[in-house]
Amino acid sequence: MTETKTFSVIGKPLPKVDAASRVTGQAVYADDMLLPRTLHCRILRSPHPHARIRSIDTSAARRIPGVQAVITGADLPVKFGILPVTQDERALEHEKVRYVGDPIAAVAATEEEVAAAACDAIVVDYEVLEPVMSIDAALANPKDERIQDYGGPNNIHKLVALEFGDVDGGFARAEHVREDVFFFQGSTHLPMEQHSAVATYVDGKVTLWSSTQVVHYVHRALAKVLELPMSRIRVIGAAHGGGFGGKTDPFAHEIVVAKLAMITGRPVKCTLTREEVFYAHRGRHPVLMWVRTGVTKDGRITAMHFKSALDGGAYGSYGVASTFYTGALQTVTYDIPAYRFEGCRVFTNKPPCGPKRGHGTPQPRFAIELHLEKIAHELGIDAVEMKRRNFVKPMTRTVNWLRVTSCGLEECTRRVMDASGFRRRERRPGHGMGFAISSYLSGAGTAIYWNDMPHSEVQIKVDRGGVTTYCGAMDIGQGSDSVLAAVVAEELGLQPRDIRLVTADTDTTPIDLGSYSSRVTFMAGNAALEAARKMRALLVEAAAAKVQSAPDSVMVGGGRIGDFSFEEASILAEARFGTLATAGSYTPPKIAGPYKGSGVGPSPAYSYSACVVDLDADHRSGLVHMNKVWIAHDVGRAINPLLVEGQVEGSVYMGLGEALMEEQTFRKGLHKWPSMLEYKSPTFLDMPDVKTFIVETDDPEGPYGAKEAGQGPLLPVIPAVSAAVFDALGVWIDEVPVTPEKIVEALRRKEKGEPPRYGPPGFPDIPYPTTIKVEPPPKELDRAAPASI
Amino acid sequence: MKNEVERPVDRHVLALDVNGEPTELLLPVHKTLLEVLREDMQLTGTKHGCELGECGTCTVLVDGKPQLSCLLLPIQLEGRAITTIEGLARGSELHPLQQAFAELGAAQCGYCTPGMLLAASSLLESNKRPSGDDIREALAGNLCRCTGYAKILEAVQLAAGRMT
Repeated sequence: MTETKTFSVIGKPLPKVDAASRVTGQAVYADDMLLPRTLHCRILRSPHPHARIRSIDTSAARRIPGVQAVITGADLPVKFGILPVTQDERALEHEKVRYVGDPIAAVAATEEEVAAAACDAIVVDYEVLEPVMSIDAALANPKDERIQDYGGPNNIHKLVALEFGDVDGGFARAEHVREDVFFFQGSTHLPMEQHSAVATYVDGKVTLWSSTQVVHYVHRALAKVLELPMSRIRVIGAAHGGGFGGKTDPFAHEIVVAKLAMITGRPVKCTLTREEVFYAHRGRHPVLMWVRTGVTKDGRITAMHFKSALDGGAYGSYGVASTFYTGALQTVTYDIPAYRFEGCRVFTNKPPCGPKRGHGTPQPRFAIELHLEKIAHELGIDAVEMKRRNFVKPMTRTVNWLRVTSCGLEECTRRVMDASGFRRRERRPGHGMGFAISSYLSGAGTAIYWNDMPHSEVQIKVDRGGVTTYCGAMDIGQGSDSVLAAVVAEELGLQPRDIRLVTADTDTTPIDLGSYSSRVTFMAGNAALEAARKMRALLVEAAAAKVQSAPDSVMVGGGRIGDFSFEEASILAEARFGTLATAGSYTPPKIAGPYKGSGVGPSPAYSYSACVVDLDADHRSGLVHMNKVWIAHDVGRAINPLLVEGQVEGSVYMGLGEALMEEQTFRKGLHKWPSMLEYKSPTFLDMPDVKTFIVETDDPEGPYGAKEAGQGPLLPVIPAVSAAVFDALGVWIDEVPVTPEKIVEALRRKEKGEPPRYGPPGFPDIPYPTTIKVEPPPKELDRAAPASI
Repeated sequence: MKNEVERPVDRHVLALDVNGEPTELLLPVHKTLLEVLREDMQLTGTKHGCELGECGTCTVLVDGKPQLSCLLLPIQLEGRAITTIEGLARGSELHPLQQAFAELGAAQCGYCTPGMLLAASSLLESNKRPSGDDIREALAGNLCRCTGYAKILEAVQLAAGRMT
């Protein structure tokens, strides 16, 4: 930090720009919409986890009074999928179903109950196939047939094998080598709002309002499946009731309501039931992991070999990216001089997994943080100190070519260690504290579909009516609209309330790739900054010309442009230049390494977090009581500290849910607990005090130095909980969630003299391909890091 | 066929008092209060998260006490005072709880917020200076997935302080 920056909006804990509509119930979510003549849609879904469809008879359903249309897969045969390489889904399946909940047919009727009854009247003749319900089963020869007709062998979807640097040499140099196996159970997003979509078809144009995180990807999928040009489709993000990654894929119901609106000429609405939301899923992959690390006596890492096996569910979704993510970011926190990663994703007859907060990285973070704890324990050295010795340094390249710029790991660690009194912790039976760190992307450096266009675009219009900012970004509650308003207000010398926002509407807003991969503040923020600075220059030039002074003598701020009010200046500028419209865009630097698969992992900047948890664990019942969490997060710069704290606290909460109780598991193809009562998530009573520290490292490329806050702080919480359980009771729980049964079982094993551990017994043989060997980046790239864009 | 479509639907004229406005509606008796509020009265501020009484999102006040509207039938509620989120503010003046939630970022996606606010307002009616544990207890039936509850706790405390 060389210059001292002073801001009038940035860094202020201002309320969100849409706060009033949220607290008064006036925000209009998709399910709140009821257009005149709306038809209600219900979807018939498969009761079988794996079956061929012999026939579908909809004749009885069509005869029911009130039914206006019934469609099946024959009406929507074109396949889609979020990744170009896995176009494996149909809005409605008419040949084969692959999980309980796979959509088969859809009905539009005058009332929802009529639509539901009509779904019940559809007769589907199935040839039931043997379901594949586990990673082991998916690796084996299928009894009947494979779930998908691509990938392989057997039900393997994707295999990856990459090596960076001299791994064998690194292990040969090591003075101590350890192997561990971990399992991270899947969990789901559980947004409070069920997915919902409303479509109309007017003047030959489809308009869809949806609860989605990415209007652009829905737009693309609709065009493909409906076989319409994108110019005849408009997608609008309705007020959003929570995503956490779960509304990032295009979904069947979004396509179905559009098709039904085209057929009936009436608005069609579909809101998923809570049970359907559990089956729609796209959540955290269950991942089995094996890790081997070599270290010197003092705990310096010499080499790491990491293997993952992801239970992907029935379709591709984001799975290829998820697979790479389980191996990509280990190197972004620890300086690993030689690294081998082997990843595998399998298909199973369960709802597809995809991105959930942290996308593919909380699982390996859990594994390597605990693995390093165990190494430190074996070496008899302090785990925190050992981790610190391996921290990456700012302005470096990792062995797998990831570019690290600002990095606040040291400061984050210092803050939580000091505040928590970790080193002075009380030693009493059942009491424990745990420490862990993490890192996350500030936006993926490459797009979901390959292209050279910007990842975010912003337009600003100024006229006598004020300032309007247009951006395709979707506010999912995290406050991305408020960030846009803050950036534009700061540059134009106004307050956020002075900025009118039009966001997430494919007809009126330029494209932004949406709310996922923690990208909006960084990317849309930078695009807004560019557009706003151009607008500011126009206003300043006009104001300067009027009084015949130099533009750089014009002060902007407090609602004034030099000698003029903002409105006066805008009138001068419009008279001088005509329509006042500026645009800005953001394209991430091309920093991916020179190897296949290098597109997953690069980000223009990484956030860093450190966490300490304090808990009591009961040795008889295994019950864990969380006492307190300290978390420090390097956000680069807090554009709005109130919103950053909200993201950090929400991440801690969701991390605790995954650490202690949340599980998306299945019995005979059925979700074990598809309801909000039985799927355990933390209530108000389960949440401990959270002490948040915002660490600012002023990132060289972030808007005003800002980085992400929405996902990274989830990551360290989960391993910190398990480390604290070891601290409390002397048993390792190598499996998430850390439940009372597992703790009690590990204690029982300890008493019997067995290894004091609960976790997976081993890692299966997986036919990984020949390892692709990648040379590490040349050392001179380190110092050139920020300039190389 | 599991669902009988052409079943006779028993409809009743019900007089409901919602947010102090007397309203007469002709309703099928099986319709829940949640459905009636949202579909027949366009009071869509009341949200639905599960429709099984599990998440607290549809909380409204009946005679000042928090109730789950997805588990209530309007036929039970004649002569009772029903308050929804639309009835919490006085005109354009926010209730102190709404003001505090807005100021402190206690509403992120906002979907649980109406239920959370109504449950909190009932608490503050009976307990002017609630402790942290009183607040946690009173709001334990309202799930929130965004905030980790921290800012909600602070906001209720702030509002309580301002109201006394």
